[in-house]
Formats: sequence, structure tokens, C-alpha cells
Amino acid sequence: MTAVESRPDTTPGVVAKISTFTSRHASVLPTFAAVAILICLLVGAELYFGNFLTPRNMSALLLDNAYLMILAVGMTFVIVTAGIDLSVGSVMAFTGIFGASLLASGVPAWIVVPAMLVAGALIGLLIGVLVQHFDVQPFIASLAGLFLARGLAFVVSLASIRVEDTSLLWLQSTRIRLGDWYVTPTGIIAILTVVVGAVVMHKTRFGRTVYAVGGSEQSARLMGLKVARAKVMVYVISGLCGGLAGLVLTAYSGAGYPRNGIGTELDVIAAVVIGGTLLTGGRGYVLGSMIGVFVYGTIKTIISFMGAEQSWTHIIVGALLLLFIVVQRAIVARSERGS
Amino acid sequence: MTLLKHRLFWPAAALVTLLAVNMIANPSFARISLRDGQLYGALIDILRQSAPLMLVALGMTIVIATRGIDLSVGAIMAVSGAVALTIIDGAGDANSWGTVMLAIGIAVLVALVLGAWNGLLVSVLGIQPIIATLVLMLAGRGAALLITDGFITTVNSSPLSYIASGYLLILPFAFFVWLAAVVVVGLVERRTALGMLTEAVGINPEASRLAGVRSRGIIWTAYILSGVLAGIAGVIYAANIKAADANAAGYLIELYAILAVVLGGTSLMGGKFSIAGTVIGVLTVQALESTILFLGVPPAQSPVFFAVVVVIVVLVQSPRVHRWGRLLGSRFGSSGGDGKMPPVATPEKQKEVVR
Repeated sequence: MTAVESRPDTTPGVVAKISTFTSRHASVLPTFAAVAILICLLVGAELYFGNFLTPRNMSALLLDNAYLMILAVGMTFVIVTAGIDLSVGSVMAFTGIFGASLLASGVPAWIVVPAMLVAGALIGLLIGVLVQHFDVQPFIASLAGLFLARGLAFVVSLASIRVEDTSLLWLQSTRIRLGDWYVTPTGIIAILTVVVGAVVMHKTRFGRTVYAVGGSEQSARLMGLKVARAKVMVYVISGLCGGLAGLVLTAYSGAGYPRNGIGTELDVIAAVVIGGTLLTGGRGYVLGSMIGVFVYGTIKTIISFMGAEQSWTHIIVGALLLLFIVVQRAIVARSERGS
Repeated sequence: MTLLKHRLFWPAAALVTLLAVNMIANPSFARISLRDGQLYGALIDILRQSAPLMLVALGMTIVIATRGIDLSVGAIMAVSGAVALTIIDGAGDANSWGTVMLAIGIAVLVALVLGAWNGLLVSVLGIQPIIATLVLMLAGRGAALLITDGFITTVNSSPLSYIASGYLLILPFAFFVWLAAVVVVGLVERRTALGMLTEAVGINPEASRLAGVRSRGIIWTAYILSGVLAGIAGVIYAANIKAADANAAGYLIELYAILAVVLGGTSLMGGKFSIAGTVIGVLTVQALESTILFLGVPPAQSPVFFAVVVVIVVLVQSPRVHRWGRLLGSRFGSSGGDGKMPPVATPEKQKEVVR
């Protein structure tokens, strides 16, 4: 009896260690895979181009994808509850053009910025209420949000509106330098959003409820968790992130444009999935989504370095998405067999 | 009361109401004129313009019935349009029927392969339909852009423009295309056991598997059908604008198609589906689009109206609102919360008859 039990311990091979690790931390595996792919991409690009891993290029990677990262944080919350939010790209466009038009009509920035965030959160609230209180599928509810936000963006203005307000442009024009590295306030906002998102997800009661809802809504409800509040809140958070992304994108491009962010929701979902969040809910990491966004951004940068058509970005991201889905599928199948 | 209970009553009432409002607001909406043996008018335009959406929604209905969803239809449309027009552009004689038919054949074949790919991911690998088709939705448009080299390929070909705007007898040819597709799919699904088996797979995959239904083949076929129909839709769309625009072709059409299917009374939870309902749903969406244009609203702002429609439709279908309706109904002692609706619908029907 004892001999049988101690046998695994007496032969602690590397393979056995790895298999123990993977079976215990199955949910972290896709995120590790994303990190591995990111490192491969960066190292491969550096070897190929020779001038890829420069501080300048890496700083730009963060700044160019700041809005995507903010959206990905909100999307992670939604997807972990097994929902989906298709409205994020349109909400970003709406809040962006809304803010730009308010600024153009002379409203001070300290009113405009909260107004943009509230506008995003309100659309999120609408989606959340539809999903939770009227049993509408998240896909359809957020579809209504997509239509609403996109239409409202065009109601505000059919053409782009330039932003002249210096305090908003300050977010992008200020460069805090550290040697050759630099970061703008928009980049700091993106990083802060990720940090706050990760802390809320892992260190608060609300965050644990979000995971519980995604794991099994029925069990979460029977445990007495505030399921309804959590399910509405994740969409509000996603809408809020949409508003914040609208702010960052407006500062980044110096204008509000109603056609911004068409198809961005797909990029965000792809980044979140590549970052290791399971679309069936219950598993996922905000930090993983950040990695996913970096993978997406790196692919985009590599393609522009090669001078190839940007349409390759979507083909490659699509292929990568497929790879991750199949890998996730295999992991879920394995862990279900194991339990 | 039996008429009220019919599941197509509410979708049909919505369409009739919409058309009636249009006719009251602008009597010229209902005018149909006969010129050179061909019918013209706003209503005929709706029949013609609804062709791409109708084909896509038809495929979507079957996919949704199997408890799936196909997000890639817009991308498939872009690919098939790009393939067809690139072939016609490269061929010597753009006006020869042979070239055009060959180009369309190859485009639809490509669409079939893409549909089969979706079906493979969903039915064999068991990936969630939303995600499986998301892959192609992302990659397909990129591929279409590569086929056209990132340009908008424009083609002047008389056989091609006949498909989009030509007339067969007195009605537009495009109308007959979607009518034929609806009739064929309707006959195959409803006059054979296939429709029932499709519903069985959608209602309870596990039970239907235990009952010996080969769900894998049925699901796979549904995605192939959706792909083929999207391929034809892509050709019609490209023929209509005489160009292959990989960015605009089929943009958001998956969402409008899903909306049309839901409007027609098919539940997104899978199972029972209604092809007639989808036809009504598509015509409603198209009529709403025309209405918005008629009212002089910029087309770009039309999504706001669709958002309102989506919210109303999902609220009407929501169990909670049904409960409220019953509560309201029992309080006033009538048979149901919907009881006060028929008097609203009837006068409008009469008005339509008068006109």
C-alpha cells in the first residue's frame, strides 16, 4: 500500500513535475501559452529585423494599443461571467464623438470627461438590465447596445470633430521619458485600468462573485452571492471601460470620429481569448487579456515592419484565435475528465 | 382568437403596421406603376433590395434552429463577391454569360467550402458556434481584401447587373432568386423529415443523439447551407453596386439577419423555426430601412431605430414582461395582457384595404 503511494514521489522526473503542474493549474495554461507566443513573436521579430526590440518601438506598442487594452479589461469581466459584449467598439466611438462635440461647444474638460464615462456606463447598464432582468441573451442585448451607440454617434455628428482643448490633448502630447523609453498619460491610464481590474477581480468580494457566476450561476445563487448585481455590474464596467477608451482614443487621435472602432469588438474578444480567458466563463485573467492585446499589437507592428497588407493582421489573428480555441477546448475536455 | 394565437400573427402585424404607417405618412409609398411591362415602386424596391438579407437570414434560420449561430456570413459575402468580380475582371469578355456563370459558380463553391469549414469546427471539433464562426468573421474579410489587392474591383458586365437590377417578366430577377431559395429550403425542410430532425437537434442535442439522430451531419449541412446562401448573397450585393468592396460588403448583415430571424419568431435558443416568419422578419427589417430613408434620416443614424426595435422585440419575448402582462390582464379581468392590442391592429388593416 505504502509502496504504491510513494512511487510517484520516488521518481520525481521533470515530466511528472510538469504534468502535476499542468493538471493543478490548467486554467493558467492558456495565459502561459500566450506569454510564450508573445516572447516568440518579439524574439523572432528582433532576430529578423534587428531593430524591433527598441525602447521606442516597445513604448509605441503600449500607446498604440492603450484603448484596446482598456476595452479588453472590461470585456474580461463580461466574458468571465460567460457573457459577451459586442457594443464596446461603438460605445468607444459614441463617447469619443460625444466628448469632442461637448468640448467644441465650450464645455470645460472637467465636466466632459465624467460625462463621457457616465454615457458609456449608462449603455452598459441598459445591456446589463436587459441581460439580468429580462433574460435576454448577452449577444442580443449587447447587439442592441452596438446599434444604439453607433447610431447615437452619428446623431451627434456625421463628420469628425477636432479637439482643441489643451487639457485633453495633454493626455497624449506629454511624454514622460526614462532614457529612450517613454510613456504618455494615456499609456498610464491603460496600465492603471489593468491594475485596478486585476485587483478588483482577485482581491474583492465582487471579483470572486464574478468568477463564481461564470463557473456556475446556479451554485453562486444558492451560495447566496449577489448574482444579479454582479451580472449587471460587469456590463456597467465594460461600458465604463468603453467610455474611458473613447477618452483615450480621442486624445490619441486628436479628434472624435463616428466611424471609430468598427469591428473593434472582434479584436477585443480575440485578444481576451488569446490571453487565456475561457468563453464559457469562470476562468480568465485581466493580466492575460493585457498579454493578448500585446500579442495582437505585436502582430500588427510586425506586419507594418514587413510592409505587407494590414489585412494580414486579421487573417493571422483569426488563425491564432482558432489555435487558442482548439487548445482551450482540449484543456476543458481534459479537466472535465479529470474531475 | 385562433388568429391571434398563430405564431406568425405578431410578426405579420408588425410588418403590416409598419407599411400602413408609411402609406399614411406618404401615400406615394404604396404607388406601384407599370412601365414597359415592368413594375416599379417603393414596395417593389423592398422586394428587390431584400434579396441579400433574405438569403443570409434563410441560412441563419436553419443554423439557429440547430442551436447555433453564424457570424461569418458577412465575411463570406465579401469573399464570394471578391472572387466573382476578380474572375470576371480577369476574363476577356465581361459581357459573356458563360464567364459570369462560371465566376458565380466558383464564388459559390468557395462559399460552400467556407461554410463547410464552419460546420467542421462546430460539429466535429465541438467549438461554440459564436466563437467558431468568429474566426472566419475576422479572417474572411482580410482574405477578401487580399483577393482584391486591397482595392475596390469594379466591373461593368451586363449579365451581372441583370442579376441585381434586371426584370424577369414583370418583377425583379433578384426577387425570384430569393423566392426560389425560400421555396426550395422550405420544401426540403418541411416536406421531408429534415426539418423535424433539425428542430430535434436544436431542442435537445443529447436526447436526439440517443434517439439515433445523426446530429453531426445535420449541423454540418446547416452551416454549409448558410455558407452557400451567403455566397449567392455576396454575388447579388456585388452585382448591385457593380463592385467588390471587401470592407462594406455584408457589413453588419449577420446582425440584421439575426434580428430578422428573431423578429420572425424563431428563438435563439434553437429548436422550432419558421421560414415564413423569417421572410416576414426580413421584409420588416427592409421596410424599416426604407422608412428611415423615406423620413429623411441620414442612413448612418438608422442603427438607433434598429436598437429600439431590438429592445422592443426582446422585451415582448421576455418571460418577465409576459408575467407582468398576465398580472395586468388578471387585474382587469380580461384573458391576457395582450387583450387590448387587437383593436389597434384592426383599424390599420382596414385602412390598408381602403387604399
